Amino acid sequence: MVIFGVLLLTFLLIHLVPGDPVEVMLGESASMADREVLRADLGLNQSIVFQFGNYLTKLAHADFGQSIHTKTPIIELLKTRYPATLKLALVALFIGLSIGLPLGIYAALKAGQWQDLVVTLVSVRLSAMPAFWLGPMLMLIFAVWLGWLPVSGMESNTSIVLPALTLGLGLSAILTRMTRTSLLEVLNDDYIRTARAKGITESNVIIRHALRAALLPIITIVGLQMGSLLAGTVITETIFSWDGIGRLLVESIEKRDYPVTQACVLLVALSYVLVNLLTDILYRLADPRVKFAH
Amino acid sequence: MIKKLAFTILGFWLIAVLAGRLFQLNPNQIDLNAILSLPDNAYLLGADDLGRSILARLLRGVEVSFLVAIVVTIVTMLLGVVIGLIAGFYGGKVDQALMQVTDIFLAFPGILLAIAFAAVLGPGLANLMIALCITGWVSYARLTRGQTLSLRNRQHVQAAESLGASVPRLIIKHILPLLASILVVEATYSLASVMIAEASLSFLGLGIQAPSASWGAMLRDGVRYMLVAPHYVLVVGLSLMSLILAITLGGDYLRDKLDVRTEKNDGQKHSKYSVIKQKVKGKACH
Repeated sequence: MVIFGVLLLTFLLIHLVPGDPVEVMLGESASMADREVLRADLGLNQSIVFQFGNYLTKLAHADFGQSIHTKTPIIELLKTRYPATLKLALVALFIGLSIGLPLGIYAALKAGQWQDLVVTLVSVRLSAMPAFWLGPMLMLIFAVWLGWLPVSGMESNTSIVLPALTLGLGLSAILTRMTRTSLLEVLNDDYIRTARAKGITESNVIIRHALRAALLPIITIVGLQMGSLLAGTVITETIFSWDGIGRLLVESIEKRDYPVTQACVLLVALSYVLVNLLTDILYRLADPRVKFAH
Repeated sequence: MIKKLAFTILGFWLIAVLAGRLFQLNPNQIDLNAILSLPDNAYLLGADDLGRSILARLLRGVEVSFLVAIVVTIVTMLLGVVIGLIAGFYGGKVDQALMQVTDIFLAFPGILLAIAFAAVLGPGLANLMIALCITGWVSYARLTRGQTLSLRNRQHVQAAESLGASVPRLIIKHILPLLASILVVEATYSLASVMIAEASLSFLGLGIQAPSASWGAMLRDGVRYMLVAPHYVLVVGLSLMSLILAITLGGDYLRDKLDVRTEKNDGQKHSKYSVIKQKVKGKACH
């Protein structure tokens, strides 16, 4: 149902173009014949219900139409751009997890002490900062002042570091807070006291007993954040000239290439729905209680 | 301490904007000799790529930013609260249908839908606000609906109903007052998120257009000229940080003060179940 709604809304997007979309796309100087050709191409001369049905049928065949500017099939564009975004998102996720989890655990173990306070304060404030602020700041420090990393583009192997950091740091801040809270909650449980009483070493208690239970809410957060991560790539890719789906989206908007815009929005939204679904499944696998409850 | 910091920063910007108006700083005055110049006596924060005063543009930008944030917040709140009240009060099929619609809107991550709407509507201040309004009401609707569902069955509401109070009276006199504090807190946070959204869209070139000043567009130009004039992006970046910090701190303070649901200093406390609840609420942040 949600997927159907997403399809409907992205379909309607092109009909929201004020005035005649054909005129907007071709400009006012276009000839009548050209307009009619494009109109027929886009199927705009048929009834709206028929158009939607047509749109769905084409999508089912992985046919997103073609770009108005380059005339290449959009699916080819997506094929080259989507992996780049996926790579960026996965590296960012890795950065987020590898910073967020240890810091969260550290803060939970030092709960109430100054280390905890510093970590929490920094992570709370960092998570409020948007990507288009963090990106330029990281770029300024690491690429311009220190000169350690390339400013933008995706030529060298280190190009991914700054965009991935931009996305990953925000994520790590949220993960730090979540890990800290959920671990603290678990640490007070009876079975942890039992484990300690049995003489299990502290590191084993944390890793084997506490962390396993504490990971559950973290899975949810990671799943939810993957969505913002996907949306965040639009800005981050633009800042760092990373040729992914987000940049394709912005470029298509600048060129008024609406079918491409439509396809990008659809793809990102569907990825988000899919990630949410996967999170739900993963959650059920990880938590036997959820299975029993249903 | 939090309160003081938040209000100091906000007060600073307010005074700065007023001072800017008082001294009639012109954000569009072009000085070709000052292009990308460093901060000096003539240009306190330096000049941008067209030789315009960064300070004057910052001040005009923050005005526009606040204007957008306040208008969008009010419109989305009204829209969301009305829809949420209808869904929560009447329940049943109406509720189901409205929640389906919000589900669809929530299926688009973060700012993506606003980008899409801004793209098809075309750039400009009015279209930007429309795009943000179309996508912003959902969180209010969800919040109001959830609260109304539970308030609807409270004894005082049922008592009023059995005494023959009309539906508008029930809603205005018996339900809305209990929603007010939660909505105020939500509005403060949304003020910050609308400002960020506006700046994001302007950053992408979809929002406020030149020559009007906007922090998002300034940040984009700053990135473009980062190698020759790093002070530009730094100044805009630090200003933005201070403002977002102040508003979110203010939001935290208000929440602690007003929100009866959370205990004091409970900012980070979430149970496993509240995460699930949050997920149901579907509040994806930026």
